[in-house]
Amino acid sequence: MEIVHVYSKLRSEFGRQCLFSDRPAELLLDLPPDPSLTLSFIQKNHRDQAVQACWETSEHQLNTERFETGSCGINHMEGGWPKDINPAEMEQTIRFRKKVEKDESYINSVLQLGSVMEHCIRQNNAVDIYQECFEDEEEVEEIQEPPSAKTVNVFRDPNEIKRTVTSLSWQPDGGRKLAVAYSCLEFQKSSKDMSLDSYIWDIENPNRPEMMLKPASPLVCLDYNPKDSHTLVGGSYNGQIVFWDIRKGNQPVEFSSLEHSHRDPVYKIIWLQSKTGTDAFSASTDGQVLWWDVRKLAEPTERLVLDPSREGNLDQALGAISLEFEPTMPTKFMVGTEQGLVISCNRKAKTPAEKIVCTYDSHHGPIYALQRNPFFPKNFLTVGDWTARIWSEDIKESSIMWTKYQMSYLTDACWSPVRPSVFFTVKMDGVLDVWDILFKQSDPTLSLKVCDKSLYSLSVQDNGCLVACGSQLGEATLLEICSGLSTLQKNEKSLLAAMFERESKREKILEARQREVRLKERSRSEQSREEEVGREEGEEDPKHLIARAESDFYSLVEAEVKRREKKDEVMKEKDICEEKDVKDEEQRGTSE
Amino acid sequence: MGEEVEAQMKRIEATKGVIGTLVVDPDGVPIRSTLDQSMTLQYAGQLRQLVILARSAVRDIDPQNDLSALRVRSKSNEIIVVTALVYIQSPSKV
Repeated sequence: MEIVHVYSKLRSEFGRQCLFSDRPAELLLDLPPDPSLTLSFIQKNHRDQAVQACWETSEHQLNTERFETGSCGINHMEGGWPKDINPAEMEQTIRFRKKVEKDESYINSVLQLGSVMEHCIRQNNAVDIYQECFEDEEEVEEIQEPPSAKTVNVFRDPNEIKRTVTSLSWQPDGGRKLAVAYSCLEFQKSSKDMSLDSYIWDIENPNRPEMMLKPASPLVCLDYNPKDSHTLVGGSYNGQIVFWDIRKGNQPVEFSSLEHSHRDPVYKIIWLQSKTGTDAFSASTDGQVLWWDVRKLAEPTERLVLDPSREGNLDQALGAISLEFEPTMPTKFMVGTEQGLVISCNRKAKTPAEKIVCTYDSHHGPIYALQRNPFFPKNFLTVGDWTARIWSEDIKESSIMWTKYQMSYLTDACWSPVRPSVFFTVKMDGVLDVWDILFKQSDPTLSLKVCDKSLYSLSVQDNGCLVACGSQLGEATLLEICSGLSTLQKNEKSLLAAMFERESKREKILEARQREVRLKERSRSEQSREEEVGREEGEEDPKHLIARAESDFYSLVEAEVKRREKKDEVMKEKDICEEKDVKDEEQRGTSE
Repeated sequence: MGEEVEAQMKRIEATKGVIGTLVVDPDGVPIRSTLDQSMTLQYAGQLRQLVILARSAVRDIDPQNDLSALRVRSKSNEIIVVTALVYIQSPSKV
């Protein structure tokens, strides 16, 4: 029903002035409620709705730009002397002092103050408030709090063009300083403007590096001398070894000659234990491991070619990416190669052929980290491709423990120097994982996303509490691990020893079983060969293998395609049926 | 009267555990000290500021209150500062 109000005006009255007058209200329309309409409405459930009459607020977080602070001391100058007295003149000052001491109010106040002072001093002497009352009591069981870590500091590369942090080294004896090596490892990506410097940072001051090291070519790896915390040795991108003494400035004291150095970037350099404390050895992807005496870097003292066939042939040599050296076993060392092989070597062997003791076929890709467990030197950790593996020296076939395949590439790992069952790994997605194998073996105990780009290197300080990891953008992040993961737990060593033993035994049994199976097969094939002399060898050469693989592949693909076609047909039929159903429903709807 | 002061100061200095004493006038001038010159100056300068801050803190909270003693305990030792409101009139102003 339309509500309409009609307003009419005579034409002759157009333009006339408006004469307003009052009139009583006129009822135009009265719509009473229609109870039948309530049937199309449902009453809503009562709901409590809070309303507040106040102004709207919102919360925002801001991060200000980096504010550079510096701390400096102020020298207090003497002041307060009245104008006519020259503080430098002893006579005048003494005279002034004597005058003040004779003043009555001075005497009174000092007497008063003196009594208060005496009271305080006597208080101190009466009770020793620093006494340890509960020393003898045993430590209470700690409440297991969830593991955590917090970022303490971030050290950013001050140059504009950011380089990757390829290596970190803590200063020995306390570790207030962190040496960080920066270089660009991506093939041909380093620009001419890229700075060549590497820095030593004081962990308290993230604004400015404490010291800059200026090599001739960017450093790929860096190591502090464990015996002398002022000397460092570094391996650079062009294969040279460089030696610094911080007391002598930031230019290298000595560097190795180009002819005798490595021909590829030096990926790892480690100080050795020796009487003179000046020996180091380095490894590079050119397939050599060179020993150096830092006093005479013109030539290496020894050379080892990583040729698995033990012929010393440089062409067949495997490129080395990581090195491992444990001061408790000075004659043995291990090398991790680009091809995924770990080579265990003996330094004291008489002939170069004997230097290579054995190999472990470990990963599908380069082995980026290799380290023995500081508490159980017979077991070592390797990291490469997408897993981390723990090995026992005696078992060469396979690792005794391994993590499952992770989502991204693992780039570095190290054991905790304090807890034998804890190790840290860093990945290409910027995540730092802390694994505690006594607690959980399938997943890391703690997983922290440190940065968005990939993390390249990792180093733990000797106290096991501070971890530094370096990223692709030149940021070195310093994290503090919670005390639960950095203090030795009860029985940890024995439990871990039992675990390693158990796993090694398992591997040994598996190995033995495999050997048996192989032996049986061989004996069987030998028997069959004896019976049928004229038959060809069962081995297929590569061409046949390829042909077979191709035919297998195609037949599989065809089978899959056929299966999919069948599925599509079934789906189409179903669709048609569904469409029919829908149409039926519509028809039914409109007819109602 | 001067001897009493002397006697008292000597007593304090001789007490067990006391390393040194220092008397400073309101202008910051050290009147009497058993420490060497540089230490005296350092203590006088640093502590003056601290005392002013502590006093203002106490009086802000309760205007009727006033600072009587300030003790700073550190790893190696403790510094006790005792202050008086009655200022010594400097002789030259008299």
